[in-house]
Amino acid sequence: MPVSHYPRYKKYRPRVYSKRMPIVWWVSKWPLTRFILRELTSVFVAFYAIVLLLHVRALSAGPEAYADFMAWLQTPLALILHAIALVMVLYHSITWFSLAPKAMVLRVGSKRIPGWAIAGANFAAWGVFSAALAWIILAL
Amino acid sequence: MAKHKGKTNEPFWWALFGAGGVLAAFCIPVLLFLNGLAIPLGWIEAPRYEDVLALVQHPLTRLFLFGLISLSMFHWAHRFRFTLYDGLQIKHLNFLVALMCYGSAIVVTVFAGFILWQL
Repeated sequence: MPVSHYPRYKKYRPRVYSKRMPIVWWVSKWPLTRFILRELTSVFVAFYAIVLLLHVRALSAGPEAYADFMAWLQTPLALILHAIALVMVLYHSITWFSLAPKAMVLRVGSKRIPGWAIAGANFAAWGVFSAALAWIILAL
Repeated sequence: MAKHKGKTNEPFWWALFGAGGVLAAFCIPVLLFLNGLAIPLGWIEAPRYEDVLALVQHPLTRLFLFGLISLSMFHWAHRFRFTLYDGLQIKHLNFLVALMCYGSAIVVTVFAGFILWQL
């Protein structure tokens, strides 16, 4: 590669020598792998947002397009993708609600509500929301 | 991360990330399980086209779906952006990565708004 006259990376060049980390620095320790897995749940959140959008688009395109979309959902590829995505979005929910006490500090008078109560309330609300959404869909 | 001088728009993206994280955590697992597994596998009967259309055409459902789709995308954009920085160590591509992530979320938001509006 030719040497650039205008090095684009200048801004981030470290002032002291530091060894470059391998790209997969996070596979060596389980907590680090778990951290990257948690961050990657967002990919599956986006995956399902797009599936929902395609679902609505098929719905707006008419009964034939909708039937095609429903048939696609039954293909092995779609089922495998959804199965993996389900595990990942469940991991997203569990980690998200478990961290809720760190994000919101609630007090009653001068007493701080314990973290387990805030996390518990979030998990309970998750159950209520899920039941309500399931009820709406199952009532169709 | 690069040092910020004065005002930044970081809190704005973070707020969208947080809102999307909450909404996705509450709503996506059950929707994904029912629409993506239980109905295609025949565990529960698939609802009729007309009934689904009527439900989704309701203004509240449209608003809900718009918020869920859009904020989920912004949740992904923000989190994935920093995963790319840290995981792949590509801080020098800062602007390009941010443009790609938030740009995708904006494109999907506009598309979702258009489809749900004319439904």
